[in-house]
Amino acid sequence: MKLRPFRLSLLSLSLLIPAALCAVILFLLIYSAPAIGFNGFGFVSGITWNLGDLYGDPVVTRGFTVPNGANYGILVFVAGTLLSSFIAILIAIPLSVGAAIFLAEAVPNRIRPVLSLLVELVAVVPSVVFGLWGIAVLIPLIGHYVSPSGNGYGLLSASIVLALMITPIIATTLLDALMQVPKENRESAFGLGATHFEVVSKAMMPMVRTTLIGGIVLALGRALGETMAVAMVSGGALNILPTSIFSPVSTIASFILTQLDSAQSDPTNMAVRSLAEIALVLFIITLAVNAGAKLLTSGALNVRKRQS
Amino acid sequence: MSASASLNPARPARSLRELRRTIFSQIGWIACGLALFCVIGPLIDIVGVVAYHGIAAFSGKLFTTTTNGVSGGLLNAIEGTFAISLFGMLIAVPVGVGAGIYLSEYGANRVGSTIRFLSDVLTGTPSIVLGYFSYIVFVTSLGWDFSLLAAAITLAILIVPYLARITELALRQVPVSMREAAFALGATEPTVVFKIILPGAASGVMTGALLALAISVGETAPLIYTAGWSNFLWNGKFTHEPVGYLTYVIWTFIDQPNPQSHALAFAAAFLVMLVVLAINIGVRLTLRRNRVI
Repeated sequence: MKLRPFRLSLLSLSLLIPAALCAVILFLLIYSAPAIGFNGFGFVSGITWNLGDLYGDPVVTRGFTVPNGANYGILVFVAGTLLSSFIAILIAIPLSVGAAIFLAEAVPNRIRPVLSLLVELVAVVPSVVFGLWGIAVLIPLIGHYVSPSGNGYGLLSASIVLALMITPIIATTLLDALMQVPKENRESAFGLGATHFEVVSKAMMPMVRTTLIGGIVLALGRALGETMAVAMVSGGALNILPTSIFSPVSTIASFILTQLDSAQSDPTNMAVRSLAEIALVLFIITLAVNAGAKLLTSGALNVRKRQS
Repeated sequence: MSASASLNPARPARSLRELRRTIFSQIGWIACGLALFCVIGPLIDIVGVVAYHGIAAFSGKLFTTTTNGVSGGLLNAIEGTFAISLFGMLIAVPVGVGAGIYLSEYGANRVGSTIRFLSDVLTGTPSIVLGYFSYIVFVTSLGWDFSLLAAAITLAILIVPYLARITELALRQVPVSMREAAFALGATEPTVVFKIILPGAASGVMTGALLALAISVGETAPLIYTAGWSNFLWNGKFTHEPVGYLTYVIWTFIDQPNPQSHALAFAAAFLVMLVVLAINIGVRLTLRRNRVI
């Protein structure tokens, strides 16, 4: 076989991408290995995150040197992540479906590019700017009008901000799919005497259902890993499970973000290692969700090709 | 009503059922319109609020002095954001474009589809996980401390998959006949890639680079674990020297109680938003006109 230096050098450049991914997984695994051993299965079921006595002498517990009283449980953050993402999806689905239908069918062809550009732009606003808007506008609104305690920081605010951030993902996916529905299907529905809205809701939406679900799962993947905006408006809960939609929460991502300083002060490094374990958990969750989205959307594309 | 019905037998008087359907449809359209308003409204409000407070905080001092505690100017942060993005792009563009060339030209095999899949996985990885990875590898294990290099590498890992994907899509737009014509003239593979395909797809590759730049300017979470924060201008050292950046100002200063730090946070947010939106609007308008991707 002929050796092709040009191809090989390009291949080595592109192999850097898988290499980076493998390095991320590998180093997180190696670094968190002692934490995985120390925390065991209590890691995901425990609700107490306690760094222990950072100033006293470390003690040996279960064969690991940790600060006295240290205990790492992340159920609170897992619950916060799943709840906030779930509520965000619940808010985002009707908004994005409605917006996509309106853009695809009700808006004149001349205005549609402008409006769909605006919807796409929602997705590119940096997360931290969303957080800033949350603090400046949304939190006072919720604190003043909705929340019984008068405190706007919490699960509801986090979910609303998340919902706004992921809506464009679902909406643009759905809009693309709606624009590709064959003309014949629309026309035959009109021919049967359906109103315009019935054409959309009963003839077109069932055709794009798989794409819609794929888009929703993709958006879920984004919501689970979203960090800055959530950290800024969620209130930050520690060791307490949320009891209502106004409870302060922490998501896995926002917790990692805010814990750096306190974890660094642990002389045994077990806190930093446990944070690496959390990062690993977050990685696995988003990987599973994104893989699901990929399977769904690729399946949807096949269906569409066969129909057209 | 009955007169018109008799005149037009194809369209008889509306039955109650038909009326219900019509009303239901009208309600449906109104709900959809409201949904669209609820998506675009917040964007307009975000831009309005940030621009209002941000421009109010503008002064000559903002661009000429460095941050002093939680007041002062933003010169160090502007310079830091610029430096981090620049060095991140310097690392990411060769890798991303190279990977894109490989995927588009020689990637129609199992190796190519594996790289594509893993690249998608990397795109879906939360940025905070990448930031934490860089923290344990570069900042602590390699002992670089919070530094420009750690931040630039983290951003590069974040944006390389985007660059590779967009470059691949752009190169695929170049007609196969152009490649064949060049090969028929005896051109070698590097000549075809660099003289024929890349110039032909230059606008698409530029688009990818600009979008990647927009991402790196707006990114925050991975930088908090890698760049740290500094009140001073960058002194030219790549390691062992934290750098300031604009998004850090937004995230931290809004939590301070005094109005000057809020003003700084809004000014920083306005600058970041301006860059990100300008790049994205410009790119999207050009794309629509040229239909590159």
